[in-house]
Amino acid sequence: MTAVAAAPRTRRVRAASAPGRTRESRGTRLGLGLAAWAVGLLFVLPLVWMVLTSFHSETDAASPSPQVFAPLTLEGYRSFFGAESGANPWPTLINSLWAAGVSTLVVILLAVPAAYALSVKPVRKWSDVMFFFLSTKFLPAVAGLMPLYLIAGRLQILDNIWFLLIIYAAMNLPIAVWMLRSFLVDIPPALFEAASLDGAGLMTTLRSIILPIISPGVAATALICFIFAWNEMLFARVLTGVTAGTAPVFLTGFVTSQGQFLAQVCAAATIVSLPVLIAGFAAQDKLVQGLSMGAVK
Amino acid sequence: MTTTAPAVERSAPTMRASQTDAQGYPTEPRARWVRRAPLVPAFVFMIVVTQLPFVATLVISFFRWSAFRPDDRGFAGFSNYVEVFVDADLRASVLTTIVLTVSVVLLSLVFGLGVALLLNRRFFGRGLVRTMIIAPFLVVPVAAALLFKHAIYNPTFGLINGVLGWFGLEGVDWITQFPLGSIIFQLVWQWTPFMTLILLAGLQSRDHEVLEAAGLDGASSWQMFVFMTLPHMRRYLELAGLLGAIYIVQNFDAVFTITSGSLGTANLPYTIYQTLFTAQNYGLASAQGVLVVIGTIIVSTFALRSVSSLLKEEASR
Repeated sequence: MTAVAAAPRTRRVRAASAPGRTRESRGTRLGLGLAAWAVGLLFVLPLVWMVLTSFHSETDAASPSPQVFAPLTLEGYRSFFGAESGANPWPTLINSLWAAGVSTLVVILLAVPAAYALSVKPVRKWSDVMFFFLSTKFLPAVAGLMPLYLIAGRLQILDNIWFLLIIYAAMNLPIAVWMLRSFLVDIPPALFEAASLDGAGLMTTLRSIILPIISPGVAATALICFIFAWNEMLFARVLTGVTAGTAPVFLTGFVTSQGQFLAQVCAAATIVSLPVLIAGFAAQDKLVQGLSMGAVK
Repeated sequence: MTTTAPAVERSAPTMRASQTDAQGYPTEPRARWVRRAPLVPAFVFMIVVTQLPFVATLVISFFRWSAFRPDDRGFAGFSNYVEVFVDADLRASVLTTIVLTVSVVLLSLVFGLGVALLLNRRFFGRGLVRTMIIAPFLVVPVAAALLFKHAIYNPTFGLINGVLGWFGLEGVDWITQFPLGSIIFQLVWQWTPFMTLILLAGLQSRDHEVLEAAGLDGASSWQMFVFMTLPHMRRYLELAGLLGAIYIVQNFDAVFTITSGSLGTANLPYTIYQTLFTAQNYGLASAQGVLVVIGTIIVSTFALRSVSSLLKEEASR
């Protein structure tokens, strides 16, 4: 029955594809292709301008007329790394790397087993638990900021990277659980049946079946959690100071410079964004799945 | 030995037949805890780090507690809440938050759909254009806001006025003239890629056979867009809008960087930050926080329903 129904349908599609393509004139196709290019260039223009300005001298950068072909120099990068001001951004970059890296590791360690208990062998109220995780993303983080600040003050762990790191882990855990679950439900159940027939325990199943299959998914999840943790500024600004400040906090030092040191500002923005751009492009294929918390594949 | 999952579970290698109910969930307490065990660390971690602070916020909101008056600390009843409601600045920031969120979400949804439709076609260099469009979303938010504030909006050195100058046009001081507009513009630039990615995935999940058939039956591309693409895209538009709204409601970086909350651009996160750090009034900041949470719960109950339909669809697969 299905075969009968399918046969004319495929024939029809094959018939349709030829006129379907010629229906649109060459001009329209070319025009829309050019429009896509124009939109793409427009979106990337501010970034191109940022990178270009970062390689200009401060004088050229501060010119009222945009100096597109001005000579390139590393002056902006030298001043960002503290050649003149003496402010060294390296500790903040290392803090960011530490906070984003370790919090991501914590998230993955907690989220993989949790996602397993919400999909492969689910607990009874798995959908309630999923919504509990999701609901924490709905709650405005700023409302929890004040008690965390007071608690940190009481425990004398203000300006401590470990405290920030725990908060980042909590911020990203729901995203990771949702995302990893969406990878786990795609594994055919027959694989788990075979494993349990062979007498594999939970850890063996995790290590030898689940992890190899979902490792691209875990990598993408980790990259996305890393991006969110690296980008975070509000909590870092409030909960850290001189020793544990992160790179975005260092960037806020440029907020009040009234368009001065433009090359340096652009160099700073470029350097701090570089890890996120790299992580983002590395995760490009899975970016949608991650950003939509696994809802879109 | 059958092939269904519960049956396999019953023949678990422990050789002791564990009991399962009709849906295949174990009924024995021990077996239930075995299932729950992998979930427990993550669950406890979330409760401790995200829920306990909210309880603390709730408690503190009923106290007089300000760092500037350390001796005058005590139970205040609802007075912090009264103060929040009569505070004109706070009411203004509620309005600002709504305007900011709604305009950024709607504009980036519309642009995102347009860009997604363009990207969904075959053309030369499509992969490269896609990468160029994603790029704005992959810039650290503070860096992006700094870039727009200093290198693009600045009245003297900024790119916009510089380019206008090439054509002999006189630019304006964008941030002073259009403070909220400047923030919205920067955020739309950053969030359109996000919407584009989700909507593009939606467009690619359309049934191409049906679309081709409609084309063969003489449907115009406009008819196909309105009667086939848009209904199909509805859940993707809802999802993209919802997720975007979650993040943009909480935006702090752009407001802090571009205007520092001045010129009527202070949104709720910025106002709470101010109450906490400039005024050091913990009781008041907590009451603001509690009200924001209540407001969010009202809005998100509605929003969660649409996500829950997505999840149910998936569960019934």
